[in-house]
Amino acid sequence: MRIRHVIFIAALVAGFAMLALVGCGGDETTTTTAAPAETTTTAVSEETTTTEMAGPSGDPIMIGAIVSASGPASPLGEPERAALLMLEEKINTVGVLGRPIKLVIEDDQSNPTEAVTAVNKLLQQDKVIAVLGGSISASTLAIKPITHAAGIPLMAMAASNAITADPIDWVWRAPPRDALAVGAALGYIQKTMKLTKVAVLSDENAYGASGLADIEARAGDFGLTVVAKESYKTEDTDLTAQLTKIKAANPEVIVVWGTNPGPAVAAKNMKQLGMTQPYVGSHGIANKAFIDLGGDAAEGVIFPAGRLLVPESFTNPEQKAIVDQFVTAFEEATGNPPPTFAGHAFGALTLLLDAIDRAGSTDAADIQAALNETTGVITPDGVYNYTPTDHDGLTPDDLTVVQVQGGTWVLAPQ
Amino acid sequence: MTFDQFLQYIFSGITTGSIYALTALGFTLIYNATDIINFAQGEFVMLGGLTAISLYEAGAPLAVACLGAVAIVGVAGIVFQQLAIRPLLKAGILAQIIVTVGASLAIRTAAMIIWGRESRPLPPFTGDTPIKVGEATILPQTLWVLAVTLVIVVALQLFYRRTLTGKAVRACSVNSGAARLMGVSYSWVVLLSFGMSAAISAAGGVMITPVSFMGYGYGAMLGLKGFAAAILGGLGNPAGAVVGGLSLGVLEALTIGALPIEGASGYKDAVAFLILLLILFAKPQGLFGGRAVEKV
Repeated sequence: MRIRHVIFIAALVAGFAMLALVGCGGDETTTTTAAPAETTTTAVSEETTTTEMAGPSGDPIMIGAIVSASGPASPLGEPERAALLMLEEKINTVGVLGRPIKLVIEDDQSNPTEAVTAVNKLLQQDKVIAVLGGSISASTLAIKPITHAAGIPLMAMAASNAITADPIDWVWRAPPRDALAVGAALGYIQKTMKLTKVAVLSDENAYGASGLADIEARAGDFGLTVVAKESYKTEDTDLTAQLTKIKAANPEVIVVWGTNPGPAVAAKNMKQLGMTQPYVGSHGIANKAFIDLGGDAAEGVIFPAGRLLVPESFTNPEQKAIVDQFVTAFEEATGNPPPTFAGHAFGALTLLLDAIDRAGSTDAADIQAALNETTGVITPDGVYNYTPTDHDGLTPDDLTVVQVQGGTWVLAPQ
Repeated sequence: MTFDQFLQYIFSGITTGSIYALTALGFTLIYNATDIINFAQGEFVMLGGLTAISLYEAGAPLAVACLGAVAIVGVAGIVFQQLAIRPLLKAGILAQIIVTVGASLAIRTAAMIIWGRESRPLPPFTGDTPIKVGEATILPQTLWVLAVTLVIVVALQLFYRRTLTGKAVRACSVNSGAARLMGVSYSWVVLLSFGMSAAISAAGGVMITPVSFMGYGYGAMLGLKGFAAAILGGLGNPAGAVVGGLSLGVLEALTIGALPIEGASGYKDAVAFLILLLILFAKPQGLFGGRAVEKV
């Protein structure tokens, strides 16, 4: 009777394990068209203005967007949604090609399957002429084949390198790709820190795994050797075992590649173990949450980030002006300063509208051609130049390296 | 591996293992009273941590926040039993076990809605200056968890063996029918067990939050590992649960340290469950479970 009990329990454990691994998505059902916030009507001219001075009229230009407004990735999707709604309101004071735009924003609940459902709805029901999204790489990769097959431009807002792997005909990326962040981090270690022996501690999720693979592949180009690598699950409560193993390999610098809370736990554990090596993180910790969680242990941590985090780092005065306008408008609309992700959404929509404006039409092929000729479009993430073969548009100069000091961010010592 | 490194791995293992131990204790308490495996046990750990965070952020002193959280989640355990388990008493054990699976998802989603998706911290009870033992370090918070676990185990033993209520609970786990005939109120025993089990798991959650934060999703893996620890130690044996939990934690840490391959940390969960399977093949009752003998 007891053995049967145990076997039965073991079967239940398997079922339970599957449920636990599937995790949970949000229960909130779909979407959007929230009431636009009150904003003052200072027209934000982020791209060349349009023809008419009177309000726009005519059929609205339908643009779709898929963001993770609920679920684990909502810290990315919520600000993106807020930024898009705020921009839509501002743009509709002048319109594009004389017409207003209409954003249809869908929530994929941080779930790629929902993203696929959403993109199909946007393409077939709403007949959008372009799609912005998703907030996370998994959703973006899921919808990419669909927009590609439909011949509709996709402005990606996620960072995984795979998004701009072939075929790239119909996808362009707004945020800096992961490879840029890896390059900025490794470059900083090589040129400024002048160290060579690197240990890598990475999250086992897609973000961390992709970062680890990139670091391993390119360490040699920067004259670095990876002397130890360990990994952890996102919710692991204690990383001292991994760090002890890393410590034994005598690295000169520890690179931690993951999203909260792992890197914060790593920082605390490194302090506990008395590890004095510098801590270089990924752009996944470019948020206040890391500082709140890490407390004292977060001091001195260095990581690559967009310049939005340290506004003094903008060297291009035009870009600074645009960023200031964006920050003011976002704060008015939501009451909070914009996180990096809001900048990605701003960039995606700006680049798309700039292309539509230059193309003079909303035909997909015309937009595609115009996007491939994008030159010098400025957003908080940087200055974009797309070509038929480069759909990422940014260079390593568009990222900067920051350090946590006194509970906030400053430019890392050069 | 030098001795200091070995010691550090042991300390790491004890830090995580102590929480597995408290979760496993929770499983054991409920199983002893009702034969139910409560798959929502991990969620009580999570609720304990998050409730303490809310109380602390609302301005309560740390001690009040922690003790208050334990008490609140203990009550939540009783409410859980009344709402989810009691209506299914006629439907049998299997239905009640399955409902705990559903309940764990529901509790987790509710926590996500109430507390949001980000992890949150708590300050440590007595500071976070690590204590050095040779070259290895252990956090004072870990010592707190160990001390409280020890106190709980001892208190449980005294409760079961020296108090009338405790003996009544033991009587119900041996033969609930006979116990009821002797005047023991089975429903009170069940209420008490759920409340104690939830409170103990919540204590674990409260104590681990200063070390590793707490978020709405932490309960899932903790529940699973705690359950594995309970099985490892022998389901139904409180001391076994604690030993099982600590062993599981140490096994995981040693896997990382001892496997000579790079990136061994990815395998730590696999090895822990592998050991569990091996123990079950060799000794299905777990380390401390008695031989299952039924008199015919």
